[in-house]
Formats: sequence, C-alpha cells, structure tokens
Amino acid sequence: MMRPVLNVLAHLGRAVLDALARMGRWFVFMLALFPALPASLLRPRLIVDQLYQVGVLSLQIILVAGTFVGMVLGLQGYSILATYGSAESLGVVVALSLVRELGPVLTALLFAGRAGSALTAELGLMKSTEQLAGMEMMAVDPLKRVVAPRFWAGVMAMPLLAALFSLVGVLGGFAIGVGLLGVDAGSYWSQIQSQVDFREDIVNGIIKSIVFGVVAVWIALYEGYDCLPTAEGVSRATTRTVVNTSLAVLGLDFIMTALMFNV
Amino acid sequence: MMPPPSAAVQHDQPLIEIKNLSFRRGSRLIFDDISLTIPRGKITGIMGPSGTGKTTLLKLIGGQLRPDSGEIWMDGQNVHALSRSALFALRQRMGMLFQHGALLTDLSVFENVAFPLREHTRLPESMIRDLVLMKLNAVGLRGARDLQTAELSGGMARRVAFARALALDPSLVMFDEPFTGQDPITLGVLVRLIRDLNAALNLTSMVVSHDVAETLSIADHLYVLADARVIASGTPQEIQAETSPWVRQFMQGSADGPVPFQYPAASLQDDFYLSTSLEHSA
Repeated sequence: MMRPVLNVLAHLGRAVLDALARMGRWFVFMLALFPALPASLLRPRLIVDQLYQVGVLSLQIILVAGTFVGMVLGLQGYSILATYGSAESLGVVVALSLVRELGPVLTALLFAGRAGSALTAELGLMKSTEQLAGMEMMAVDPLKRVVAPRFWAGVMAMPLLAALFSLVGVLGGFAIGVGLLGVDAGSYWSQIQSQVDFREDIVNGIIKSIVFGVVAVWIALYEGYDCLPTAEGVSRATTRTVVNTSLAVLGLDFIMTALMFNV
Repeated sequence: MMPPPSAAVQHDQPLIEIKNLSFRRGSRLIFDDISLTIPRGKITGIMGPSGTGKTTLLKLIGGQLRPDSGEIWMDGQNVHALSRSALFALRQRMGMLFQHGALLTDLSVFENVAFPLREHTRLPESMIRDLVLMKLNAVGLRGARDLQTAELSGGMARRVAFARALALDPSLVMFDEPFTGQDPITLGVLVRLIRDLNAALNLTSMVVSHDVAETLSIADHLYVLADARVIASGTPQEIQAETSPWVRQFMQGSADGPVPFQYPAASLQDDFYLSTSLEHSA
C-alpha cells in the first residue's frame, strides 16, 4: 500500500538532493574560476582565438535569424498597425521589440545552441581524453589556460552578436515594411530616431545581453568541466547546457524586464 | 628555469619515497598502508592487475589526488604538504605520459611539444623551435612535426607525449600503461625509447603496466601490487623466482589460481535449481 507513495517520495528526495549538489558544484566552480579570470586577460591571443570560435562562427545563424525575425515583425506589425491607421510607426515597433527583447533573448538562445553546446562538448572531450589532467600534470592550470579565455570570449561576443541581430532585424523590417508594404521610408527611420531612447532601450538591451552572456558561458563551461568523462556523460552535459541556459535566460529576462522597464 | 636540487639531497637517496600510504575511493580501499621507494636514475616497474590503482598511484605522486594517510616525498619535499605554487613548481620536474597520450587535440605535434615551454618559459621562438625539434628527434618523430594529433597512430601519439614530457628536462618520468594495445614493432620502439632515454638523459622512470614481458625487460626494480598491498618486490630475476602462488599466477597469466576464474556468485545449486527444496526460492 505505502510502497508506491514511498517510492515517489524517494525519487523526489533524490532529485532535490541531486539538484542541490549540482548547484553546490556550480558555485564551487564559480569560486575557483574567479581568481583565474584576471590573469587570462593578459593573454589576449587566447581570448581572440576563442572569440573567433564562439563569436565569428556564430555569425551565420545570428544574422540569418535576425533578418527573418525582423521580416516577420515587419509583416505582423504592419497588419496590426494598419488597422489603427498608424502603419508609419512600424519602424519603432520593430526596433523596440528587437533592441529591448528579441535581440538579447533570441541571440542568447541561439548562442546556447550554437556556441554553448560546442564549448561543453569541447571541454567534456578534453576531460574524457585526459587533456585537462595532462595539463595539470604539466603544471598548467586548465582553469586559467582553457576555461578563463573561453569565459571572456563568450561574455564579449554576446552583446556584439545581440547588437548585430537587432541591426539586421531592423533592416529586415525595413525591407518588408518599406520595400513590400509601402510604409514611407522617412517615417520608418525618423520614428526609430525619435522614439528609441539610448539609455532606456539600447543600454538596457546591452546590459541584458551581457548578463545572458555571463550566464550562458558559465553554464556551458561548468557542464563541460563537471561532466562524466564518457560518451554518454558528454552528450547529457551538452543537452543540459542548452536546456538550462534557455530556461535561465528566459527567467532572467522576465526579472530584468520587470526591473528595467517600469511598466 | 628550474630550481637545482638542494645541496642537502644526497644522490644515493631515492628520488621518491612513499611512506605508509593509504587511500580509499568511496568505501573501497585502494592502498592499505603501502611503502615503496623509487631509486634515482633507475627504471622502476609497478605491476599488478587492472583496477589495483596503479594509475591512482601516479596521480598521488603528481599531487592530483590526496592520500587519506601517509606521505609521499620527492627530493626532500612532502608532495601533499606543498602550497599550490610549490606543487606546480615540483610538477615541472615531473613528466607524465597518460595511457592514451593526452595530447592537446587542437594543436599540431610541434605545438604540443612546445606547449610546456611556451607556458613556463620566455624563450625566444628560435630556441623553442630548436628544443622542440631536439625532443622530437629523440623519439624519432622530427619529420612528423606538422601533423595534427588526429593523424597519429596510438604508438606515435605516445612518442609525441614522451617528447612533450621531456620538454622541460624533468628528473622523473611516469609512464601509465605505455605498452597497452600496441603492435609488436611499436612495442619494441617504446621499450627501446624508455630504456635508452632513461640512460642518456639520466632520468628516473616509473613504468606502470600489466604487460609482464615488456616491463620485466626494461625495469631495474619491480613492485607487484594486488589487493591494496605490495605483494612482491625485487629485481626482475627475483620476481621471476618468486614462489608465492599469486605472483606465479600473474606472471604466467594462468586463468585460475588464487585469483579465481569465477566471479564470486551464489552456488551452482542455487542458481540452476539443482536442489529440489523450495525453501530457497521462497
């Protein structure tokens, strides 16, 4: 009679304990990585290499996705605005949606899939082929040599990628709204110019994407560094990176939006 | 570049002394109060079946793991009492070859060997080039400098890892299962390299292996580990003359003996229901 109930309780307890242990290890990893961060700034070559890996190689998906999101915003925004006779505000609708929300959030989600998963898999494989242990035996700290440059590169790449996402999005909206649907080009740009505030909208968007950058690389690097050094362990860690980053980004986005744009 | 051995250290003293070392992983006892010494300038073989913690022993010496009790001394320094920076300085005097080489997969052969030099010295590029080519030449792979690690065979990867371990001119080189899974020619090459370079560079080598013939052929001194203890030690001749049944089974590779063929199991009768009584299954 009591057996199934107890089993459910036991499972629940184990899941909670696992989650707590994971959070503890994540925190310990954070504490260990912290002192390694400043020194790696002195070796810009390593950071530039990683900027290429996580930033430049992510450009393709970011630019394509940004353009299409902008185009969709152009279509949807126009059809709604036109019913109220304010189609010339299309520019500001597209720009604000991108700069405040879609740019940082979608970039972070795409980043988790493209760059975060790659970071986790790379670190996991380095761990399973004993490259990290080998480095330690060569008296080289893998946190300083491997993890810290990747952290900086991710944190630097994210706002840049988000800015590019918003930029091509605004252009995509322009192509659809002005080129296809006949919105006046002058009002598209002048509305953006007058209604998008630098401090309120753009800086807040940048702050969001920096926070997402920190969270995304931190999760990706932690999962890679902490994974079980087996094929199954690496694949699970990669999945966890994408899932956890996505959830963390969406949750943080809600909190930051509530704090930043006092509605 | 590296600190000279302190004058107090006698050269007839062993390079490494392991005193009453105990180590457990979870509830399993890996080492139970073992003591052994690694003499300077010699090749010491550590043999034992898989799972006796041979690799663990190397990681303990390298300070990657911490013993539950006991001490490991290298050149007058207690490895586990050192600060992190002193431990890193000590590790620059150790070279370790992992079982599969542990080469950095994003670097070429040349850059792998150059890696410790670039990390720990500020030598000019021309000198790094010369040093790397000298080390690669010593293992016979000067011509392979531009290959990527993915293009190397298992034996070549181990030779590159050997060259990399020698990059900082260590006093101790530890080999983790260097012979496993190699073809006969590669085996011959590895055996010759370990023996010749140990003599030529005045190294101290530790070879951890369960390949009996190869280890016997190069080691000056051997330890056999089993069941968390040292069960035999001596020169290759002494080990071969050892009469204890366990050592004889290991050296001859017999399927049955003190290490039973059958993994511990319930009795045949129970497993195959040979007895008619039903009490057992209830």
